[in-house]
Amino acid sequence: MSSIMAAKVRQKRIAELIARGKRLDGRELNDYRGIQVESGLIERAEGSARVRLGKTEVLVGVKIEAGEPFPDTPNEGVLTVNAELVPLASPTFEPGPPDENSVELARVVDRGIRESKAIVLEELCVEPGKKVFVVFVDVYVLNHDGNLIDASALAALAALMNTKMFNYEVKEGEIKIKSGYKPLPTRNYPIAVTFAKIADKLIVDPWLDEEQVMDTRLTLAVEKDGKICAMQKGGYGYFTAQQILEASKIAQQKAAELRKLVVKE
Amino acid sequence: MSQKKHEKLIDENDVRIDGRKLNEMRPVKIEVGILGNADGSAYIEQGKNKILAAVYGPREIHPKHQALPDRAALRCRYHMAPFSVQERKSPAPSRREQELSKVIRESLEPSIFTEYYPRTAIDLFIEVLQADGGTRCAGITVASLALADAGIPMRDLVSACAAGKVGGRLVMDLNDMEDKEGEADMPLAYMPNLNAITLLQMDGMLTGEEFEQVVNMAIEGCKQINQLQKEALKTKYVAAKEAETEKEEEVEEEAAE
Repeated sequence: MSSIMAAKVRQKRIAELIARGKRLDGRELNDYRGIQVESGLIERAEGSARVRLGKTEVLVGVKIEAGEPFPDTPNEGVLTVNAELVPLASPTFEPGPPDENSVELARVVDRGIRESKAIVLEELCVEPGKKVFVVFVDVYVLNHDGNLIDASALAALAALMNTKMFNYEVKEGEIKIKSGYKPLPTRNYPIAVTFAKIADKLIVDPWLDEEQVMDTRLTLAVEKDGKICAMQKGGYGYFTAQQILEASKIAQQKAAELRKLVVKE
Repeated sequence: MSQKKHEKLIDENDVRIDGRKLNEMRPVKIEVGILGNADGSAYIEQGKNKILAAVYGPREIHPKHQALPDRAALRCRYHMAPFSVQERKSPAPSRREQELSKVIRESLEPSIFTEYYPRTAIDLFIEVLQADGGTRCAGITVASLALADAGIPMRDLVSACAAGKVGGRLVMDLNDMEDKEGEADMPLAYMPNLNAITLLQMDGMLTGEEFEQVVNMAIEGCKQINQLQKEALKTKYVAAKEAETEKEEEVEEEAAE
């Protein structure tokens, strides 16, 4: 019981501080936690990356396999994003089929990549209507300390940038893998920026304790030219139109900063 | 199979593929209180969308561990009928339906005084009978009416409408083809009296300036939907009241005889 009381006091403190423009961990309202990106950790995967966002830790692996195209896009490869909230990452995660939180996480990450047309899927077509390559992006959450969306989206982008596409030739309708690799064809670099609303203020990159206090959450994905390419509100609670426009401007700024961690130009 | 790509989604006179103007909503028909068993229900047709919503509760919650000590648990299922789309959809809930069930629940919860009914469940079922783009918005609109019809105390009605970018122009209330072939779609739910946005999603590509205009256009659409919702509620209660007065008159007549 005392720990519950302690948690309540802490939550109250977080909200009170934010109302005065401060945060419990000393960050400014628009600051991210420290971010570390490491690429190419899993040799068996075509691409991989681990992102540490404060204590949140996400590993993304990319696998590429031959498969069938969707009937409405016969000339394009397929992108599939899946997220696993494995029980080792948090006392609140349980084994079992993906729940709605992991489905939402996967779909928000997917939306940013898909809508910004980050992967040149046309180049992954082997035989129109019959055979294409499928890019499997698997998000594996290793430690949950809040803002899984931004960490996962960043790790997914880093993993795609790290992905090596094997050389191949087609013989009698069969794909034969040849030696050598080239980079996965990409053309855009979407970055997700997530806000929490606490005490009627917007903060960037909420950590777990802040997520437990927040009224609601908003994620915007911003592509390389600063256009907004995906958005998702999550959680109960609401925003005003003014808050959303404010968030869109901050997101454009933050996305440009975060992108530099992954895309070297 | 997939439909043929249309050359032009919007012609040179700013007329859309279904004959609408840029900021024009599809025809909307709403009925409240149409199912016998449910505590509240409503039906909406928005263009070719046909959607039913039903509410049960507040009622005892099963399984018990889902009970919340300080408020009612709102549970929501958005589901599409297998025959609601061109190619048969498996009746098993897809990932899309799971996500929509979550965001719809979160868009409606802020409107309900759930704290009045701790440890109970309010169950909301949305069945899409025919889909033509914008089903999550129409689903929220009709679900909010079903909640009101169930007599559940609410802060405001939730009204939903999408806006987006199609053929280079900004438009209100995208239909299925505009959604699939257009550049951007932003579904938004709004409580007009509280100026509160409770659902917000987007896919597609918008500049900062377009983004602002689309948000405002979607809110404008929500305000129009809100009027229609209020009319539909009134229609039901006027009809109920008339039936009641008729009954009373009959009783009086009998008494006079």
